[in-house]
Amino acid sequence: MLPTHRSSRILLPVRMNFITISLIVALVLHFVPMGRFYAIPDFVALVLAFWCVREPLRVGMGTAFILGVIVDVAHGAVMGQHALAYVLLAYTSTVMSRRLLWFSPGAQALHMVPLFLMSQLVMLVVRLLVGGRFPGWEYFFSTFTTAALWMPVHFVLLIPQMRPIDRDDNRPI
Amino acid sequence: MATNGHQPPPFFRRGLPPTAKLTIYIALSLALLVGDLQMSYLSTLRQGVTILTYPLQIAAATPAEFARNVANYFNGLITLQRENERLRSDRLQAAKQLLRSSQLEQENTELRGLLDMRERVKVRAIAAEVLFTARDPFSRKVILDKGGNQGVEPGLAVADAVGVIGQVTRVFPLHAEVTLLSDKEQAIPVVIERSGLRAVMFGTGSGLTELRYLAANADVRVGDRILTSGLDGVFVPGLPVAKVIRASRDAAESFGRILCLPIGGVEKSGSVLVLGRAGALPLRPSEEALDPRRTAAGRISQRHELQSAPAAQSAVAASVSTSSSTSSSTAKAISASSAAASHSAMPKPARNTAVIATPVASAPAASVSTPQGDR
Repeated sequence: MLPTHRSSRILLPVRMNFITISLIVALVLHFVPMGRFYAIPDFVALVLAFWCVREPLRVGMGTAFILGVIVDVAHGAVMGQHALAYVLLAYTSTVMSRRLLWFSPGAQALHMVPLFLMSQLVMLVVRLLVGGRFPGWEYFFSTFTTAALWMPVHFVLLIPQMRPIDRDDNRPI
Repeated sequence: MATNGHQPPPFFRRGLPPTAKLTIYIALSLALLVGDLQMSYLSTLRQGVTILTYPLQIAAATPAEFARNVANYFNGLITLQRENERLRSDRLQAAKQLLRSSQLEQENTELRGLLDMRERVKVRAIAAEVLFTARDPFSRKVILDKGGNQGVEPGLAVADAVGVIGQVTRVFPLHAEVTLLSDKEQAIPVVIERSGLRAVMFGTGSGLTELRYLAANADVRVGDRILTSGLDGVFVPGLPVAKVIRASRDAAESFGRILCLPIGGVEKSGSVLVLGRAGALPLRPSEEALDPRRTAAGRISQRHELQSAPAAQSAVAASVSTSSSTSSSTAKAISASSAAASHSAMPKPARNTAVIATPVASAPAASVSTPQGDR
C-alpha cells in the first residue's frame, strides 16, 4: 500500500516547454527594477530549485549555470557570482529531492531555507573576497521571502500537470 | 492520453555522477570569476549575453515605468503648475548665466590666444535617462538608456543638473552602466576649489565620499567645494562634485579623514548628461618625446644636440624646396629656421623669431618649430 504523503497524487508528466517558459518568466520577474529594496525574492533561484526538486533529471546544474551567467550579466555583477551560487543550489536541491518530495509544501519550504541561505552566503563571500561592500544584514531578507513563496509556486507550477479528478472506485490507484 | 510534447523520463541515460558535474560547474564558475576580475577578455561574452537579457530587462522595466508614470499622471494640476513655475524661473536664471558665459568664453579664447596657451577642453554632452538601478546589492550602479551606438564610451563622466554623479564603466550597444560616486570602488581625481589642492576621491559605499591620502595638515575646510581636476585625461575639468562635510584630524594617523557629500543627486537622478572631451586626447608624452636629449638619469647630453641640428636643417631645406615663395623670403626662412635649429636648447625665442621674421614662408618654419613649442 502506498504511503499517504502529499506527493502521492498522480500527476501528468511535465512538459519541457512549460519548464522553459516558467524559467523565463522567473528571469523577467527577477529583472523588475526595484531599487535598493532587499526583500525582493530571488525568483530565479526559487523556480530553479523547484524544478531541481521536482524534475532532477531534466533541470540541473547545467541550467543553473546558464541562468547564473545570464543573471550576472543583467545585474552587472561579477561574472560567475550567481553561476556559482545557483550551481551549488541546484546540486543540493537535486540531492535532497528524493527526501523533500515526501513532505508537504510547507515543510518543503522550511527545508529550502538553508539552501537559499547558502546560495546567498556564497554570493556574499565571493563579493566580499573581491572587495565589494557589505550590504547590511537586510541582504538576507531575500532568503526568507524566497522560501515563503515556495508554497504558492508549488501550487502554480504544478497546475498544468494536474489531472481532472474523476473518481472511479474500481480503479486500483 | 496525448503523448505529444511529453518525453519519457531518461531512466537509463544518467550521464556523469552529480558530484563530478558539481566539480566541473564550480570550476567553470570560478574560472569565470577569475577571468572577469583579472582579465578583460570576458567583455565579449558579456556583450553577447546582453543581447539576450536586454529585451527581458526592458520588458521587466516597462511596467514599472508605466506604474510610475500613472502615479505622476494623477499627481494633480497644482503640482504641475508649481513645477512649471519653478522651471520657468530656473530657465530665466540659466539664460542670464548662459548669455554671460558665451561672452566670457569668447573672451577666454581670445586671452588664451594672446597668452599662447592651449585651447580649453571642449565638452561634448549626450543627454540620457537613468533606466533603472542595477540590482547588485554590493555595488552602486545605474543603467542609462544610451549606449555605444549613441557615442557613449567607457570612462566618461555622468552628471545631472548640479554635479557629477558617476562614471560610465561598461558600455553595451543600447545601454550603458554607470558606477555612482558612492560606490566603494569608484575613484575620481578632484581638486579643491578654494585651495587648488589636488586629491583623489573615493566612494565609501554608504552614499558619502571620502578624500584619501591627504596629509593631516592639508588645507581642507568644511564647506569647501570639490571639482573634477581632469588630470586623468578622461573627465572634463571643473565640474562640481562634492562638498566637504567633515574634516577630522586624528593625531594617531598620518592622513586626515575627510568626508564629502556629493552635490549631484547621486542616488536619485532621472535625466543626466554624459560628458566627455570633444576631439582626441593629447597623447601622453613619453620620456623620449619629452626631451630627446634627456638621458635616463635626467641629464641633458650635448652630443645628442649636435646630432639633431643637421637633421633639422635638412628637414627645413626639404620643406623650403617644395614651397613656392620668392627668393628673398626663402633666404629669410632658411636663416630663421636654421636659427631655430641651432637654438633648440631655447625653443621659445627661436620660435618667436621664426614667426615674426617670415610672414610669407611661415608655414615650413612653423612645421619645424611647433613640436618644440608645444613641449
